Amino acid sequence: MIEIRHLDKSFGEKQIFRDFSCSFPEGETTCIMGPSGCGKTTLLNLLLGLEQPDSGSVSGMAGKKRSMVFQENRLVEGMGPVPNLRLVNPAVTRKEAEEMLRALGLSDSLHQPVRTLSGGMRRRVSILRALAAEYDILFADEPFKGLDEKTKSQVISYFQEKTRGKTVLLVTHDREEAQAVGGFLLELGNRHCVFSSPEV
Amino acid sequence: MKQRRVPPELTPGRRRFLRLGAAVFWIAVWQLAAMFIHQEILLASPVSVAARLISLLPEPSFWRAVLFSFSRITLGFLLACLCGILLAGLASRFFWAQVLIQPLMGVIKATPVASFIILVLIWLPSRHLSIFISLLMVTPIIYSNTLAGIGNMDQKLLEMADVFEVPFRRRLRYFHIPQVLPFFRSACAVSLGLCWKAGVAAEVIGLPQGSIGERLYQAKIYLETPELLAWTLVIILISMGFEKLFLCLLDTVSHRLEQG
Repeated sequence: MIEIRHLDKSFGEKQIFRDFSCSFPEGETTCIMGPSGCGKTTLLNLLLGLEQPDSGSVSGMAGKKRSMVFQENRLVEGMGPVPNLRLVNPAVTRKEAEEMLRALGLSDSLHQPVRTLSGGMRRRVSILRALAAEYDILFADEPFKGLDEKTKSQVISYFQEKTRGKTVLLVTHDREEAQAVGGFLLELGNRHCVFSSPEV
Repeated sequence: MKQRRVPPELTPGRRRFLRLGAAVFWIAVWQLAAMFIHQEILLASPVSVAARLISLLPEPSFWRAVLFSFSRITLGFLLACLCGILLAGLASRFFWAQVLIQPLMGVIKATPVASFIILVLIWLPSRHLSIFISLLMVTPIIYSNTLAGIGNMDQKLLEMADVFEVPFRRRLRYFHIPQVLPFFRSACAVSLGLCWKAGVAAEVIGLPQGSIGERLYQAKIYLETPELLAWTLVIILISMGFEKLFLCLLDTVSHRLEQG
């Protein structure tokens, strides 16, 4: 179980979290929802250790391998999709990487540098990179942003299939998207948070 | 308002043709000037320079001199690349190293090459002079460009590498080298010509036996202007040829890295 206890975090004058506590079940997907600026990305960064809390603690992350779909892709622009995938896990063979890319409709772009791909294509490469990594916890910050509806539903199905039984924390502001992904739902509000179990 | 004339887009073939045309034009100007002056000591014609160059080609001493200078100046250049990269790596990692290295590079850049040549002649035998001088001239350029390349690293990419726990060797291969390579390439493009100029200048002053510099000096002593210009042409051709070869090699490496 990943646990956050009595966490405080502020940026200058702006308090993002005050005495915030929460826990995330392992082996499950949890969608984190909330209005813009409520601290969704900050929460992921705190769990990843990219930000430090002002006070409070985060437990359950020690020794865990992490993977992440960043909001801004963060791909190696000059390289093709296959090296981008193998960068995070060289155990993935070239053939396996190509199969993954083909599964998300990128078969025509296997040998192009990532910088020449469209926004939606780069997004898919970024998602596949996170899935290609060896991980215990997968963090995803608005992973399906910028995908058209048809591609989004294809990518969500693939994502669900590949992350089944794994710990996933996924940030989204789109309720429909959260419902499509399924799993637990954590709604962050201005002064409260609501944790709900998956609908049966 | 008068509109600026935009040069037309040229095909590679047309660009080559225009470049060749410009070269032919200036050679014709040179030939006409030589004919007008009509004194070979003052200005040898391109025809007599070409004739002298052709007569030099079968001489073993010509090739020995080319090999002598080429091996030393190239060695100096390669050592400078190594030193520049290592120092830039050190400076980017440790701030104290940057503080210490910066004034040293500033002094090397500002000092006249002739002063270094004379100083180095006191320390080293003249046959090693061009190695040391090209090393000295090129190192600051490679250092400052490589350091700028490292400083330009995308921090978000490094953060991504931290999250995925990408080991150092793979970071070097995927982030650092591709990111720094364009900066390193432009430093090489600038310094390859410079190391030849400085290296040959050092040889002309130090007169190591069997070097291009010595042959240039002898041509000057005996007022052999066609030979002087023939050797100058040889230096230009070797320098340009090596520059093209080296940059082409870097481009191939860059392309291979992109392919993964």
